[in-house]
Amino acid sequence: MNIWEIIVITLIKILIVFTLLLLTVSYLVYFERKISAWAQNRIGPNRTGWKGALQPFADVGKLLLKEDIVPVNASKVVHTLAPVIALFVAFTTFAVIPIGPDIKLFGYNIQLVAADVNIGILYVLALTSLGVYAITFAGWSSGSKYSLLGGIRSSAQMISYEISMGFSVAGVLLLAGSLRPYDIVYSQSGWLWNAIIQPIGFITFFVSAFAETNRLPFDLPEAEPELVGGYHTEYSSMKFASFFLAEYANMIISGALIVTLYLGGWHFPWLESFGLAPWLVVTIQILTFIFKLAFILFFFMWVRWSIPRFRYDQLMNLGWKVMFPLSLLNLVWVAIVVMYIKP
Amino acid sequence: MAVKKRTKDLTFWQKIYLPEIAKGLALTFKNMVKPKYTIEYPEDKFIPPPSYRGRPVLVMEADGEERCVACGLCARVCPSLAIEVQASETEKEKERYPVKFEINMLRCIFCGFCEEVCPEEAIVMSKDYELAFTSREEAIYGKDKLLTPIDQLNDRIEFLRKYK
Repeated sequence: MNIWEIIVITLIKILIVFTLLLLTVSYLVYFERKISAWAQNRIGPNRTGWKGALQPFADVGKLLLKEDIVPVNASKVVHTLAPVIALFVAFTTFAVIPIGPDIKLFGYNIQLVAADVNIGILYVLALTSLGVYAITFAGWSSGSKYSLLGGIRSSAQMISYEISMGFSVAGVLLLAGSLRPYDIVYSQSGWLWNAIIQPIGFITFFVSAFAETNRLPFDLPEAEPELVGGYHTEYSSMKFASFFLAEYANMIISGALIVTLYLGGWHFPWLESFGLAPWLVVTIQILTFIFKLAFILFFFMWVRWSIPRFRYDQLMNLGWKVMFPLSLLNLVWVAIVVMYIKP
Repeated sequence: MAVKKRTKDLTFWQKIYLPEIAKGLALTFKNMVKPKYTIEYPEDKFIPPPSYRGRPVLVMEADGEERCVACGLCARVCPSLAIEVQASETEKEKERYPVKFEINMLRCIFCGFCEEVCPEEAIVMSKDYELAFTSREEAIYGKDKLLTPIDQLNDRIEFLRKYK
């Protein structure tokens, strides 16, 4: 394949990923409202379109038409920059996550990932660290004490849980021997997914994913009763929409990471032994990835209404005194597995 | 007075918190799959029980005549002065009939005093709660909007005789 073919194929992949991610994020808002409603014995939006399915378009329309308010005390440049960074981080992280094996289309061998980077997981970890800046900028530049408090709390929370996230990922990398997402998925063949081999690492990564995305039970930075909305108090219209979208995009990315690292990516156990046609196998594998991702996202929303919020000191206690030692323990366990059980 | 310090210890399994999370998730999931109580108005309308106090209506018997004798008790007892009655003579046995009977629905507070005080069972509270007007004049209901046939009001009249 010459350079032009590569560029065109990559551009098409970027377009598809971007569009699908935007659509999924807006429909995640709709599903969140519906699932929250069901958990509370009511039905969610059901008036716009069939069963309320056009609600995201109504939401986007409303947010677009609102007035954009910038507080007097705000630093204008940083105030505008913060949601841009949040969105940028959220969307570019999806470039390295594969949703299926290689497919052959029109004579080209296409990988189902926008960028096959051989340090993919490092790239993802670096970008999540960059995401902390978005919230810090938002909290500081709004010029209000609630925003500042919310921003600082959120940054501290995200930094603390990045450590246990990194060490849990290190356990996965030890087993897979490579940072490339494809290698990690291939190392989980069959039904022995990483969630079964390293359950402690799975739990610490899962909890850290909740904390990284500022999702209940770790959502003190944006909790309305405590902080009037935290770091996004002073944002309105499209900038608020950007934060909103970035939060849901982060949720999708955490879900996709959990599926790739711990739940076997697109593997459907014993699918090869059924002896189906190759295109059917690939379709089933892509659908398996989507189904696993959908289940993880449903789990995110399910947990939101089931567990009370953590107080800030309980949160930090959990991050530093419980998750960090547990992830180190997990690393030791994986080392034992690699040395004695695997070969 | 010695104050006893009460510390509630969590068991080992509660301290780990993961089983508690699982219990919470099970409860939420149970509620997710339960059928909901929401009445999806306006496709499904709420039918109130006979004891419901909807808007007041005049009882119209089978031959098309109202029971009201225009005694004026309902207008006198109404707390918000919503009822206006104008009496006149008639050749029938009841000798009096209302030539003008108006209830201003914007003043009516749906208390039911008019129904309680009426000696003829001529005004009762119906089950109607869907009242929307487009102007103040439209909200003054005359006899044409207030007269309803008696077969629509039977359960209310039965409730009144049994309990009031």
